Amino acid sequence: MSAYSITEPSRRQKWIAGTLVILYALITMAPLAWIFLTGFKSPPDSISYPPKVVFTPTLEGYVNLFTTRSRQTREYLDSLGPARTWYEEIVRKREMVIAGPSKFGERFKNSVIIGFGSTFLSVFLGTLAAYGFSRFKVPLKDDLMFFILSTRMMPPIAVAIPIFLMYRSLGLSDTHLGMILLYTAVNISLAVWLLKGFIDEIPIEYEEAALIDGYTRLQAFYKVVLPQAATGIASTAIFCLIFAWNEYAFALLLTSGTAQTAPPFIPTIIGEGGLDWPAVAAGATLFLLPVLVFTILLRKHLLRGITFGAVRK
Amino acid sequence: MAEVRLEAVTRRFGKVTAVDGVSLTVPDGSFVVLLGPTGAGKTTTLRLVAGLERADAGRIRIAGHDVSDWPPARRDVAMVFQQYSLYPHLSVRDNLAFPLRSPLRRLGAGEIDRVVGEVAEMLHISHKLDNRATQLSGGEMQRVSIGRALVRRPAVYLMDEPLSSLDAKLRAELRIELKRIQAELGATMLYVTHDQIEAMTMATHVGVLREGALVQFGSPREVYEDPDSVYVATRLGQPRINVAPSHLFPALDLPPGASLIGLRPEHIEVGGNAPNPVKARVGRIEHMGDQTRMHLLVNGASLVTLTDPHTRMQPGEEVPIAAVAPLFFDGDGRRIRRSGSMP
Ligand SMILES: Nc1ncnc2c1ncn2[C@@H]1O[C@H](COP(=O)(O)OP(=O)(O)O)[C@@H](O)[C@H]1O
Ligand SMILES: [Mg+2]
Repeated sequence: MSAYSITEPSRRQKWIAGTLVILYALITMAPLAWIFLTGFKSPPDSISYPPKVVFTPTLEGYVNLFTTRSRQTREYLDSLGPARTWYEEIVRKREMVIAGPSKFGERFKNSVIIGFGSTFLSVFLGTLAAYGFSRFKVPLKDDLMFFILSTRMMPPIAVAIPIFLMYRSLGLSDTHLGMILLYTAVNISLAVWLLKGFIDEIPIEYEEAALIDGYTRLQAFYKVVLPQAATGIASTAIFCLIFAWNEYAFALLLTSGTAQTAPPFIPTIIGEGGLDWPAVAAGATLFLLPVLVFTILLRKHLLRGITFGAVRK
Repeated sequence: MAEVRLEAVTRRFGKVTAVDGVSLTVPDGSFVVLLGPTGAGKTTTLRLVAGLERADAGRIRIAGHDVSDWPPARRDVAMVFQQYSLYPHLSVRDNLAFPLRSPLRRLGAGEIDRVVGEVAEMLHISHKLDNRATQLSGGEMQRVSIGRALVRRPAVYLMDEPLSSLDAKLRAELRIELKRIQAELGATMLYVTHDQIEAMTMATHVGVLREGALVQFGSPREVYEDPDSVYVATRLGQPRINVAPSHLFPALDLPPGASLIGLRPEHIEVGGNAPNPVKARVGRIEHMGDQTRMHLLVNGASLVTLTDPHTRMQPGEEVPIAAVAPLFFDGDGRRIRRSGSMP
């Protein structure tokens, strides 16, 4: 290989680029690492100053996240006999007993139902709408596309009060359906626009070939368009999920019990004398996982975008 | 296999009339080649037969059925697109099997494997069957898209310049192969090409399109030897037919109204004992390998003819030439036939 190859970077260039990438990764990962570590600290360690980097790890934060506890007298605790489980033991050391499970599990479940439900609905409706806009003669097509985009021109929270009132009179407040519809309404414009771009890129000859080869339009859509739009669908789904999963303001305003998601719940985890930071950090860590796993699962499809367009158009 | 009939079919796109009242019969088992420059409406004609376009006027019949309102799947046609359209998410094998797996056909897996294997063998792509379609060269992709039509036995094969992106050797090979398959199966074929050799060697009939209208239809020999217009005459022949003012050869006995003559290379006799010759000066001599072209200057007009590669003629030299049985056209390019020889 020549010393002045245009396609192959020199060792020095590689070294500099590598260093920059690693530095950037460290900077962005630091807060996440801090949250992750805090989840395994004891409450005093979590607020000690200067901050502790070396500490004895404990699962107290996770136990506190999943339980509600009550303080008891020494005598009462002694009368209970030895702790039967490892998590009871952790709680007893703080002179408390477990009163029951906390609401975190339920809130997390709500987040999963609402987050994935609205993502599925946005992508499903978005794909069909994008296909229609891409392939058929739709009257006023450009105006309709602009209208769909215009629904995102103000911050969604600007319409919070009307939505709050509407939801109250429709009985949608604090319901899964209400939150799924709301997040879908916010995400759908992004989904339609992103997916239309991807579907426009798929040459129409593929479907025409399938039509001639004996497939109906719906079969051609399913067999030919969907697999090739996988990249677009995967990235759209990730964007939609991230929004719905992290959404805080509407969740705070419109949910309080049955349909409350994790974001408004996590900051309300109060321990002895203020916020229970290890429990909050444990909650945040668990909260990050689904989006992380989802993104990793879809990564294969995102990478496939690179080979997209290898066929002459 | 079946007969295909177009009856006064018209297709417009806004102001453009892509296909203009075309009536055409593709007889059962025939190989019909459509000729015409880019934009003449060749692709649109195929798409109309396939059902990818709806005719604005006229009817289309396949095997006697009026299919004008049928969806593509029901028409039982196979098509090779001008721009090849392999499914990039499938392997070569799955691309070839795709038409056979249509819910309309319900073939067994064993049968599908057998047919795919046969077609792959025929097109020399057996060793690529498990590759992704995107990993093929342009020529291989084109062969797979031809294969995707050949796995079926449809009423008619529609092929839109299927060999245009192949190199010369492969093109020659596949030309023979396609013709053999067509003859063996007795397949009905409607085929678009720019290539004169393909048109002359494969076609049983040639249709010439001009701005959407069918201007002549006949056997390749008829279209070559007996064209109705300058336009048709220039579609076939390498080098192209020479079109010159009719007074260039004063000795010619012109039919009334003739103002242009068409001279193919074989209509020009150079040197020798031609009667009533005209003096011409030799211009460039181009050695093209398979043929040698000689440019001739006659009274300010430039003619191209063929000569033998070892010719001893030199540029600048003067030679006597004569026109032998040329074609006559009027001022608008319409053919003028001598009365009596009118077909
Ligand atoms: N989908 C379309 N929309 C608008 N104009 C078209 C369309 N398809 C073809 N045309 C026009 O119709 C004419 C014939 O096109 P085509 O059949 O593709 O010609 P050819 O295949 O002979 O090159 C051209 O002028 C072309 O621009
Ligand atoms: Mg064309």
